[in-house]
Amino acid sequence: MIPAAVVFLYLAAVLAIGLAARRAAARRPDAEDFFLAGRSLGPAVFLLSLFGANMTAFSILGASGHAFANGIVTYGLMASSSALVIPLTLFVIGTRLWALGKRHGFMTPVQMFRDRWECGHIGTAIFAVQAVLLVPYIVIAVIGGGTTLRAVSGGLVPFWLGGAVVSAVVMGYVLFGGMRGTAWVNAFQTVLFLSFGATAVAVIAAGMGGFRQAIESMLASPATAPLLTRERVSPLYFFSYTFIPLSSIAFPHIGIFCLTARRLEHFRRTVVLYPICMIAIWLPSVFLGVIANRAQEVPAIQAKVEARATLATQGASLTPERRDVLRTAAAGDDVILALVQGYAPLWLTALLGAAVMAAVMASDSQILALSTMFTEDVVAFYLGAARARDALLVQIGRLFVAGVTAVAYAIALVVPQSIFDIATQYAFAGYSALAPLLVAALFWKGSTRWGALAATVWTAAAVMAIAVLQSVVPAPPPGAAVSVLQIGGVDVVTRAAAGTLVLGFLPVVPMTIGSALLMVIVSRSTPGARPGAATLARYF
Amino acid sequence: MAAALMAAALYALHQDFWFWREARPLVFGFMPIGLFYHAAYTLAVSALMGMLVRRHWPAHLESASGE
Repeated sequence: MIPAAVVFLYLAAVLAIGLAARRAAARRPDAEDFFLAGRSLGPAVFLLSLFGANMTAFSILGASGHAFANGIVTYGLMASSSALVIPLTLFVIGTRLWALGKRHGFMTPVQMFRDRWECGHIGTAIFAVQAVLLVPYIVIAVIGGGTTLRAVSGGLVPFWLGGAVVSAVVMGYVLFGGMRGTAWVNAFQTVLFLSFGATAVAVIAAGMGGFRQAIESMLASPATAPLLTRERVSPLYFFSYTFIPLSSIAFPHIGIFCLTARRLEHFRRTVVLYPICMIAIWLPSVFLGVIANRAQEVPAIQAKVEARATLATQGASLTPERRDVLRTAAAGDDVILALVQGYAPLWLTALLGAAVMAAVMASDSQILALSTMFTEDVVAFYLGAARARDALLVQIGRLFVAGVTAVAYAIALVVPQSIFDIATQYAFAGYSALAPLLVAALFWKGSTRWGALAATVWTAAAVMAIAVLQSVVPAPPPGAAVSVLQIGGVDVVTRAAAGTLVLGFLPVVPMTIGSALLMVIVSRSTPGARPGAATLARYF
Repeated sequence: MAAALMAAALYALHQDFWFWREARPLVFGFMPIGLFYHAAYTLAVSALMGMLVRRHWPAHLESASGE
């Protein structure tokens, strides 16, 4: 129970940070103070909180779980591609968003889109798609919280209670502290996790008698040797993952975070240090996930290895229901925690549990972003400036935070998919497909609101199509693929164990390219809808 | 232009098919070469970003923001 007690202490600490942020805020905070911390974040908090906002349950639990099942490829798929694309988009797009926000008072990307393309309801359509895509991202944090608390308490805290506690704490400090509280907590959480990554590697290495022997024995076994290469992954699949980090800058919470820096200079350090933070968190997570396959002394991990082996050897002859049961048993979302519990001393297990909880709780910025968007893009827009008083908007924002957290918790209780599946197949791919909107708004004078609407509708339709397809066609056993659509003897759409593939690519590739093409084609077809000279002069 | 080409080259280098099926050599005796390559790649990205912010910083945006 000591690890669980330390985690609960940690939860109390972040709640206290939220309350301290409330005291630091204006006595009666206006909307800009509550939703954007008054655009006043300094360089260190800006870097750490922006990075923390990008790190979710998916980054830590999902990454080690994915590495446990798929091997070292996880780092190349998600970490090194993000280390390039995310800072590059912050440099090129984030800096411009900051400048426009500061000059024109924008608090959300949709406010900028409405102004840039001189539109109203199309902005609402973009808001709706952004909001729907953000909810799965919030849900994975609740699932991560429940999984972590259950694991660190040895099963004493059930999943439903763990998820409820994490949801309540996140809701508390977002509600009280607004963006300032969220940023401070994110910065604290990032420091905590950065500090413990290397410690975990060192302690587990000592516990396992060094990694050299474990790696050699993995190489000697035909079942585990492929985990140390990328032979099980096709180059097209690997390439597809370079499109996923485009989602980062298109996520409303990251776009909104770009508006919180006090000065443009604060982006400098963020852009340079972002890849360093990536390596510090992801390399230990991925390596420990891989090495867990040799953790023969940990019964919880051995049970997962056996379930995976049964799936691999008997998968084709099993019923879809039995395969689902085995998939759940083999899921590696809590493998890093099991590893730490198996090899680290109790006090370190407790601290590492708190560190993992830190990464898991990064849903705060998404919840606040959703609240900001609803308040500014819907309530303030439709009420009009005269009726949308600041105090009213802050109260509505707080109510919305409470409501959306409760809904995310309810969804987490009934959604059985793994963290990684939900994140990549819905939210990430959808936001990557929305990235062309930002590029067109900021860099192409010829873009129009109809092009933006076409790209948005395409994104929504594509995400729904994947969701329907994956619910209608059950996942085949690992290694197998079911052809869903063939044209001229070529498999165009296939259903694999890992998800849906289009011509061998993940759906994110055709979704993003299709979105960009639609933006170009429809904008060129509607030259009459181009904004007036005065509007364009504000942007170019 | 040079900066864009360097970014494009790094993007291409992410697709390192040359270490696709090889685990050896094990760097430091335990890290598969494919994982080490991508860790080193991440550090190279940080160096590129350092160059970008030194030589191509969009300082005009600070004044455009109304500061």
